[in-house]
Amino acid sequence: MPEQPPYEPERAIAGTGMGGAMDLGASEAAGLEKAPGGPDGTGPRDKARSLWSDAWRDLRRNPVFLASALVILFLVFVSLWPSAIASGSPLSCDLAKAQDGSGPGAPFGYDGQGCNVYTRTVYGARTSVTVGVCATLGVALFGSVLGALAGYFGGVWDSVLSRLTDVFFAIPVVLGGLVLLSVVTSNTVWPVIGFMVLLGWPQLSRIARGSVITAKHHDYVQAARALGASDSRILLRHIAPNAVAPVIVVATIALGTYIALEATLSYLGVGLKPPSVSWGIDISAASPYIRNAPHALLWPSGALAVTVLAFIMLGDAVRDALDPKLR
Amino acid sequence: MRGMTPVRWSAAAAALALLPTACGSSAGNGGAVVSSSWGDPQNPLEPANTNEVQGGKVLDMVFRGLKKYDPRTGEARNWLAESIETTDSRNFTIKVKDGWRFSNGERVTARSFVDAWNYGASLKHHQKNAYFFGYIDGYDKTHPDSGTQRADTLSGLRLVDDHTFTVRLNQKFSGFPDTLGYAAFAPLPRLFFTDHAAWLDKPVGNGPYAIASYTKGAQMYLKRWDGYPGPDKARNEGVTLMVYTDSNTAYTDLLAGNLDLVDDVPAAQLKNVEGDLGDRYINTPAGIIQTLAFPYYDKAWNKPGSAKVRTGLSMAINRAQITRTIFRGTRTPATDWTSPVLGADGGFKAGLCGSACDYDPRRAKELVKEGGGIPGGQVKITYNADTGSHKEWVDAVCNSINNALGDDKACVGNPVGTFADFRNQIGQHRMSGPFRAGWQMDYPLIQNFLQPLYYTGASSNDGQWSDKSFDRLVNQANAETDTAKAVTAFQKAEEAVRDAMAAIPLWYQNGSAGYSDRLSHVALNPFSVPVYNEIKVG
Amino acid sequence: MGRYVVRRLLQMIPVFVGATLLIFLMVNVMGDPVAGLCGERACDPATAAQLKKEFGLDKPLWQQYLTYMGNVFTGDFGTAFNGQPVTELMGSAFPVTIRLTIVAVLFEIVIGITLGVLTGLRRGRPVDTGVLLATLVVISVPTFVTGLLLQLLLGIRWGWIRPSVRTGSFDELIVPGLVLASVSLAYVTRLTRTSIAENRRSDYVRTAVAKGLPHRRVVTRHLLRNSLIPVVTFIGTDIGALMGGAIVTERIFNIHGVGYQLYQGILRQNTQTVVGFVTVLVLVFLVANLLVDLLYAVLDPRIRYA
Repeated sequence: MPEQPPYEPERAIAGTGMGGAMDLGASEAAGLEKAPGGPDGTGPRDKARSLWSDAWRDLRRNPVFLASALVILFLVFVSLWPSAIASGSPLSCDLAKAQDGSGPGAPFGYDGQGCNVYTRTVYGARTSVTVGVCATLGVALFGSVLGALAGYFGGVWDSVLSRLTDVFFAIPVVLGGLVLLSVVTSNTVWPVIGFMVLLGWPQLSRIARGSVITAKHHDYVQAARALGASDSRILLRHIAPNAVAPVIVVATIALGTYIALEATLSYLGVGLKPPSVSWGIDISAASPYIRNAPHALLWPSGALAVTVLAFIMLGDAVRDALDPKLR
Repeated sequence: MRGMTPVRWSAAAAALALLPTACGSSAGNGGAVVSSSWGDPQNPLEPANTNEVQGGKVLDMVFRGLKKYDPRTGEARNWLAESIETTDSRNFTIKVKDGWRFSNGERVTARSFVDAWNYGASLKHHQKNAYFFGYIDGYDKTHPDSGTQRADTLSGLRLVDDHTFTVRLNQKFSGFPDTLGYAAFAPLPRLFFTDHAAWLDKPVGNGPYAIASYTKGAQMYLKRWDGYPGPDKARNEGVTLMVYTDSNTAYTDLLAGNLDLVDDVPAAQLKNVEGDLGDRYINTPAGIIQTLAFPYYDKAWNKPGSAKVRTGLSMAINRAQITRTIFRGTRTPATDWTSPVLGADGGFKAGLCGSACDYDPRRAKELVKEGGGIPGGQVKITYNADTGSHKEWVDAVCNSINNALGDDKACVGNPVGTFADFRNQIGQHRMSGPFRAGWQMDYPLIQNFLQPLYYTGASSNDGQWSDKSFDRLVNQANAETDTAKAVTAFQKAEEAVRDAMAAIPLWYQNGSAGYSDRLSHVALNPFSVPVYNEIKVG
Repeated sequence: MGRYVVRRLLQMIPVFVGATLLIFLMVNVMGDPVAGLCGERACDPATAAQLKKEFGLDKPLWQQYLTYMGNVFTGDFGTAFNGQPVTELMGSAFPVTIRLTIVAVLFEIVIGITLGVLTGLRRGRPVDTGVLLATLVVISVPTFVTGLLLQLLLGIRWGWIRPSVRTGSFDELIVPGLVLASVSLAYVTRLTRTSIAENRRSDYVRTAVAKGLPHRRVVTRHLLRNSLIPVVTFIGTDIGALMGGAIVTERIFNIHGVGYQLYQGILRQNTQTVVGFVTVLVLVFLVANLLVDLLYAVLDPRIRYA
C-alpha cells in the first residue's frame, strides 16, 4: 500500500458535487487528480515536457484520435467557409416546398417552412461550434483560475470559493437557463454562452482545485518554495503544467455537452433566436413534425450527434494518453 | 453494491413519507364519462376572475347566466333571464326566471346576480375581469384607477324584489344585454361569500354539471347534475378534464385510446389528422382573429407614410398559402377585422379590407418604398414562444415578407420566452415593431372586436392607436338603439381602421378538435370550447 | 464522525442561503409577474397594484427575500397565482418525481454498473468497443429527441406503453425513467469502466489473485468495492440533478412532477412556486452530497472523518 496523505474532509468534498448533465465526465477525470507527478524528483518542466510528448506520441498512433480530429477539422472548415459546400442562403425559404423530400440542390429535402435542410445544416455548424468553443473557453478560464486560487491558497480563500462553487452547483442547469434566458432579447449567441459560463464554471473549478491541491504537495513544489520562488511563479511555472491535464480532458468532453445543451434550450423556447441558424433551432422546430418530415429532424440531429461524438472521443483519447496508469 | 443501499433507502423512505399526500384520486373513468384534455387554469375559478379558455371550460359547464350564446349561431338567448327591458339603452330592468337552483339546493334569485356583480366589481377582490362591470354606474367608486375603493357596491345596481333588479349604465350601450352571457356575469350562491375557501376547493354553480372532485394541477371530474332545471341537460354521465402540459402529448394519448377528446389539435399533427381520425375531427369557425399590432408610441411607426408601409407589409403576406400549409385549413385568411361567427347581420363583412389584404408582392414592395421603407431596415415580429404554435406562422409570415421584398433579412421573428414577459414588454411599451395580437371575443358583438382594441385608451389597445373619427363613430354606434343601425355604424368605424391599417389582419382562427370513436355529437361553440353537455358516449 | 457531520451541516447554511438568494434574484430578473395574469390584455392598474400587494411584490427585493425565508422556516412556502399553497403543489409533485428519480437511479445502477464492469474487464475487446460506441451515441443525442422518438415508437407505432403518464405509478414511469437516466447511464458505464480498468492493475488485486481467491470474489469484494467510489459520488450528486433536470422528460410524458411545476412556474413567472421548489431541490442536493461523502468511509476504509 503506497503512502497516502491523510484524507482531509475538504478533499472529499472536492470530489463530490458533480451533479448536472453539464459536468458529467468530471468524475471520470477524478482519477487523474492523483495521477500526474511522481516521486522521482525530476524538474517540473522536464516532467511536463515528457508527459506531453509521451501523450502526443500516443495520440498520433490512436485511430480514434485521428478520426475525431479529422471530423473537428472539417467542422472548423465548414464553420469558416460554409458557402464552400452549400449554395444559397439558409434564410431563403419557400413555403410552397414545405416538408418536401430531397430535390435538386437540396439533398436533405426541405423543412416545415420550406427551407433547404442541407444549407441550414451546413450553416448551422458555425453557430453550434461557436457556442461550444466559446462556452468551453469561458468555463475553463474562469473555472480553473478560481479553482487554482482556492486550491493553492487554501484557508479562508478556499472556504469562500468552495461554498460559492456549491451555490452555483446547486442550481439545476436547465432551470437556470429557462429563468435567465427567457428575458433575453438579444439574438446573438452571447447570452447563451454567458449563461453556460455562469452555471458551468463550478465543474472545472472543482477539477482545477483538486489537481492543484495534489500538485501542491509534490516534492518539486516544496523544493521551488524552499528556493524562494514567489507564489505566482510556483503557480504558473510549476503547478499549472502539471494540473492542467484534467482540465483539458473535462473541457473537451464538456464542449460536446454544451452544443447539446443549446439544442435543449431551443426545445424549451429559450435558446438562440432567429435569424441565427443553429442545429438546436432546427432540431426543436422539426421535433413536432417527427411523423411527417423526419428528414428535417434527422440531418441536424445527426450533425449534432457526430460533432458531440467527435469532441467526446477526442477528450477520451487525450485522457487515455495523459493518464500513465492506463498505459 | 452494498454501498449503494443507504442512498437508495433514504430516497425510498423520503418517497414513502411523502406518499400519503399524493393525490391518487382516480375519477370515474369509462362508463358514459367523457375524458377531455385540459390546461391548468391560471387563476382561481371565480367567474369574474377567469379570463382564459381553460378555466372558461369549467365555468361553461358549471354556470348558466342570464343569457346563453347559442352553441351554433352564437346568438345571445335569454336563459335565466325572463326579460331584459330598456327604453333608453341606459336603464335596464332584468327579471330572473323562477325555478332555478344551485347544485347545493339554494335558489337562484336576483340577489345571486347583484351580489356576484358587486363582488366582481370590487377592487379589493382584485378580479381580473372587473372591467366588464365598467359600464355600470358607480364602477369608478368600487374600482377607482388608483387608491382604495370608496364604495363596496355598484350604485347602478338595485334589487327590486326576489326576481327583479335594475341596472343603470354610465353611458348608452345598446348591446349591453347581449354581453350578459359572459361568465363574469354568472350568479353566485351564498356559500361563495360565507365560506370562500370551501367554494374555491369545489366550486358550486347552477349549470348542468357539478364538480365532483378536483385535484389541482392534475384533473377535475364533473358529474352530471341530475337536478339541473334547464333544457340543456347533460347527455353524458360526466366529464373528466385531464391536465396536459403539451398538446402534442394529449393528441398522442387520443391516438393511443387513453383520451376521448382533444380540443386543441397541435399544428404539427394537422397533416395526420384525417388519416388518424377520419371523420372524428371537427374544424369550425370560432370568434378569434389574429392580427399584427403596431407600436404607435414609437415615432418610427407613426409618421406620414407609415400607413403605406403597413399596407405594403399586409400585401406581402401570402395568407392563403400560410393558412393552407402551416395551419391546414384551421385558419381562414382574414378580409376584415371581425370574425365570421358574427354573421353578416352581426357585422361581419367579408372583403371589407379590400386589396390591402390581398397578396401582391410587387405592389407590396412599391408601397413599402413609397412609405419610406421599413423603419430601421428590419421588421421584428415579437411573439411569445411558450404557448401556441406561434413560431411556425411568424417564421412563415417573415419568409413571405422577405420573399416579396427580395431581402433575406427584411423580417425576422423575435420570440419572447414567456407569455408573462411578452405581456410585460407590451405593457411597458417596449415593442419596436409589429407584435402578435390575438383577440378572442368575449361576446359575439362587433363592438367587442373594435372598441377594446382600437378606441383611444381602450383596455386592449396595446399599440396605443388613436383616431378621432374612429372614436366618434364608435360612440355613435353605441348610442344607437336599433341593432342594425348600430352594426352599420360600427362597420363605418372599421373602415377607419382599414384606411390607416391600424393593425394587419392575418386570419380567422377556427376551433379544432379530435375525438375517440366512443363519442358522438361533438361540437365546438363559437368560443372554441366543446359543447360538453351535448356529447353522447357509446 | 459526529463532529464532521456537524461541520458539514454548518457549511450548508451559507450555501443554502446563497443558492436560494441566487434563484430569488434570477426569478425577479424575469420581470413583473402580474403582467401575464390578465390574458391577452393589460391588467388595469388598480387591479395590478392590488395583486402586487396581495403577493407582497410591492416591497423592496431584500425585504421580499427576508419575508420569504422567514416564512419558509415556519413551513409556509407561499401561494401560487391560482390560489393554491405551494406546499400543496409540492405534496403532489414530489412523490411522482421521487418515483421517477428512483427508477432512473435504478437504471443507472443496474445497467450502468453491469455494463461498466463488463467493459472494464474486457478492455479493447469487441464488447468494450460496442458498448463504448453505444454510450457515446446516447450522450450525443439530446434527451428530448430520444424521448420523443421512444414515445412515438413505443407509444404509438407499437403500442407497448401509454404515451403519457397518468397516475405516476412505477410501471408507467419505466420508459420516462430510462429516458431521464439515459445520459447519466452512459456516464456511469464509462466511469465504472475507467475505474475498474485502473484498479485492476493495482497491488491489492494482484495480491488477491495471487492468494488464489476465486475470480468472482476478487471482482466483487476487492475490485468493485474500490472502483465504485467515483461512481457512487456521481450517482449521489446526480440525484439532485435528476430531480431538477426532469423538466424536459416530464414535459414530453406529461408527468405532473417537480419539472412540470417548475416549468409552469417559470412560464407564469410565479416566483413563489419556482423559489419554493428550488429551495427544496437545493436541500436535496446538499444532503445527497453529505451522504455521498459519508459513503466514502464505508467504501474506502482508508478514509476516516474526524
